[in-house]
Amino acid sequence: MKQDENGKELKVSAIENGTVIDHIPCESVFQVIKILSLNDIGDQVLFGTNLESRKMGKKGIIKVSNKFFEPDDVNKIALVAPTATLITIRNFKVAEKKKVEIPDYVEKIAKCFNPNCITNHEKVTTRFTVIDKVELKLRCHYCEKITARDTIWFF
Amino acid sequence: MKNKSLVSINDYTREEQLKILDLAAGFEKQPTQSILEGFVIATLFFEPSTRTRLSFESAASRLGAKVIGFSDASSSSVQKGESLRDTIRTVSNYSDIIVMRHPKEGSARFASEVASVPVINAGDGANQHPTQTMLDMYSIRKTQGTLDDLNIAFVGDLKYGRTVHSLVMALCNYNTTFHLVSPEALKLPSSVKIHIKDNKHKYFQYTELAEVIHKVDILYMTRIQKERFSDPMDYEKVKNSCILKNQMLTDAKPNLKIMHPLPRVNEINVDVDDNPKAYYFQQALNGVYVRQALLASILGVK
Repeated sequence: MKQDENGKELKVSAIENGTVIDHIPCESVFQVIKILSLNDIGDQVLFGTNLESRKMGKKGIIKVSNKFFEPDDVNKIALVAPTATLITIRNFKVAEKKKVEIPDYVEKIAKCFNPNCITNHEKVTTRFTVIDKVELKLRCHYCEKITARDTIWFF
Repeated sequence: MKNKSLVSINDYTREEQLKILDLAAGFEKQPTQSILEGFVIATLFFEPSTRTRLSFESAASRLGAKVIGFSDASSSSVQKGESLRDTIRTVSNYSDIIVMRHPKEGSARFASEVASVPVINAGDGANQHPTQTMLDMYSIRKTQGTLDDLNIAFVGDLKYGRTVHSLVMALCNYNTTFHLVSPEALKLPSSVKIHIKDNKHKYFQYTELAEVIHKVDILYMTRIQKERFSDPMDYEKVKNSCILKNQMLTDAKPNLKIMHPLPRVNEINVDVDDNPKAYYFQQALNGVYVRQALLASILGVK
């Protein structure tokens, strides 16, 4: 069995350079893959779900080679997997580790769920205020309706 | 408030709202004044309306302004596929202020961001209708002498009624107790109720109108639209639960006034019209004064 730099057993192989998204809630793993369009990149993507975790009981993990996420992508991850940790890997070593944070304002990455909202009919950059970070509720700057975790879609 | 768009009722602070109501009282005393001579007001109605459009045009005319615009999207270049963004940019060049009604929610906020002149929202889909709200507040204050500490019942379609949404939000700035009467399927949405909860006001929910009449100072009636129901049977079941008849008013408080944004269909029986508690036609007239106040204030002459 492969081991990491601290000698811990690895269920998902290490990557040389890239980003590890750790501590993903198991049910969100495939959603994270989808919102980051990881099905559509040329580099190696490794993932595991229902893995043992001391912190969470069970967790999911995704490792993406040669990819370092932009702030918009990090915000998307925060919205669907608020417990996630982002680990930047360079030369098989941890270069940076940080927890994702749900932002106060969400711009352009999410779609308003209201089909009658102007943002779904004209070219308008969507803007939301996050009014509840625990339940995840976003109030649309335009139609003032609330998009929640179960109705959120990403561009 | 010069050049300040009015899109959502919360765009104006409590003090700004009260200033508009005071100005409106002045226009009620003297409705014809040539203070807006030389100004051009564009009224863009992408959706039909009688009261709102005509009362804006009446307000503008009584103050000496010229009105341009359209009353139906089919007679504008929207018909040719023009975007709202382009229409608004173009009309900004021709006018000093834009009054707009549009079927899409959020359209007014968007218009206010692309327009180079201020925008007054005259209704954006099921979202907001702030000038109706201001005239409702004017009517409440005029009949009750205050906006504070009142018991106000909202009756009918609380889910889709934008006049209800805006007025509930506005009254959260005053110490209001809310009585919400609607069929189960047409309850006030959580996106609006959250404002009541955030401000820690009391609210009660009912399905029968008769339960609240003796408790309240204002009865704000709205129309239940048949087309809101996917199953016509559901409409038949609830359509009579929120109808007001004159005989129901015998135990009402002496200061009770009945309001309605109009048009009415059958939710207020015509036998109520002659009751001194009926206020809905006077309420519609108040709309002209409030819109005069808004135009004068936003154009910077008052």
